Amino acid sequence: MGFISQVINGLGLGSIYALVALGYSMVYGIVQLINFAHGDIIMVGAYAMFLLLTLAGAPLWAAVLGSILFCVVAGVFIERVAYRRLINMKAPRISLLITAIGVSIFLQNLSQLLFTSSGRTIPSMFDLGTLEAGSLQVPSGSIINILTSVAMMVGLSFLVNKTKIGKAMRATSEDADAARLMGINTNHSIAFTFGLGSGLAAVGAVLYCNTYPMITPYMGGLLGLKAFVAAVLGGIGSIPGAMLGGYVLGVAESLTKGYISSSFTDAVVFGILILVLLVRPAGLLGRNVSEKV
Amino acid sequence: MPLLEAKHLGIAFGGLRALEDVNFQLEENQIMGLIGPNGAGKTTVFNLLTQVYQPTEGTIELEGKSIIGKKTYDVTRGGIARTFQNIRLFKDISVLDNVRIAMNYQMKYSALAGILRLPSYWKEERAMTERAMDLLSVFNLQDLAESKARNLPYGQQRKLEIARALAASPKVLLLDEPAAGMNPTETHELMESIQLIRDRFSISILLIEHDMSFVMGICQRLVVLDYGRIIAKGSAEEIRTNPKVIAAYLGGE
Repeated sequence: MGFISQVINGLGLGSIYALVALGYSMVYGIVQLINFAHGDIIMVGAYAMFLLLTLAGAPLWAAVLGSILFCVVAGVFIERVAYRRLINMKAPRISLLITAIGVSIFLQNLSQLLFTSSGRTIPSMFDLGTLEAGSLQVPSGSIINILTSVAMMVGLSFLVNKTKIGKAMRATSEDADAARLMGINTNHSIAFTFGLGSGLAAVGAVLYCNTYPMITPYMGGLLGLKAFVAAVLGGIGSIPGAMLGGYVLGVAESLTKGYISSSFTDAVVFGILILVLLVRPAGLLGRNVSEKV
Repeated sequence: MPLLEAKHLGIAFGGLRALEDVNFQLEENQIMGLIGPNGAGKTTVFNLLTQVYQPTEGTIELEGKSIIGKKTYDVTRGGIARTFQNIRLFKDISVLDNVRIAMNYQMKYSALAGILRLPSYWKEERAMTERAMDLLSVFNLQDLAESKARNLPYGQQRKLEIARALAASPKVLLLDEPAAGMNPTETHELMESIQLIRDRFSISILLIEHDMSFVMGICQRLVVLDYGRIIAKGSAEEIRTNPKVIAAYLGGE
């Protein structure tokens, strides 16, 4: 496979990381929580797809919409039940972090209980075969991934920068106390952020299932971790950073698979993280905050 | 009926009684000063009036209705907006958006209208931006609308905080040390702006300030706090000559 196809495949994979990374980044931006349960939302979305397609026999579009909707509700529910009280009582960040790890383990175990630990196969979804342009051969899945992620990104920047809920989100992330005193219901903007992040992770899950139709209760683990790496690499809290981090990671993985060895990809991914952070501790697009003394 | 009334207001943090039996009334279109030595409990009064803290005793009524137990954002929506002693602008957001954020809750268009850019969205957004620019121009900040709030000099950040609080359409505006760190010229301009906004928006203002010429020059009525209790109330002239106040400030027998 040629270099350009490798890059396009990498961008396709990176799109999935990017969509999941956005959720990590937005939630971190608004409540300074590294939501380790976010990766498991991908698993929740994948199983929701599986159930809708196989058991309920829903048409594809309904399964996709249903899975996204289910994840949005799950994200909002998790925030309400597990995090809100901690956030409003200004609990130390470490308590939030441990709670997030707890939620993650809970979700994995719950799914193991419901679906057993053996993997399930998702019926094939959108497959337009391989696209060819001259000597260039690219699987359609990669193109779908890239287009979807770009569309999501455009929609998201628009939402954050131009709408009133976006303004409320930004105000909450800058200074929640002051935002409340300006009439903003910060509980709403935080819940909205969780719902939005989870919805984007569900889109990531749909794309993931389209490319890799095997799902397990633990699929969110490494995938979530890599998306988190993408978010940190790009500069956590930054929306364009999360996208960039995702693409960089995806391309690095794809090129390592193609030119070095497929068993070495994770080492390269995490190696890149270490190198980038050594040079730019706040990530590629993160802002270095230097405290005036 | 007074616009805002505090009756027997008190709060204790653990065993420390930060405020005790605080009573005052703010009338419509009145500018009232809350003064007192450092640590007297002035900002605590503001935090009670905005329900950042819950009082342990007493009541607060806005237009005859109790605000106790309301969420902070509901208090703001109900008509009490404030500024902060240590400036708390949304630093990485533009000057214009800082002001527009405080108008958020007044926007009526639905999320769907926002996403689909329906005419109702454009109409409201345009009206909001016009109002925001108008508020900025009161403080001569209109040319800085697109800068990030953090890039404004200190005095202008203070003014922006007032503009932002006004954007929430308050009936009562609480100003926590608005003139802190300003030079005499800026302070004088600020006095004029505060009187201007009181008349133009017909609001009442309660302000905390240490600059006595500012307080005496602008406030029709003063309330003096010391160690969490009100030690004097009255006009500027009455306060200036009140022996208890002099003792509290200068120490005395």
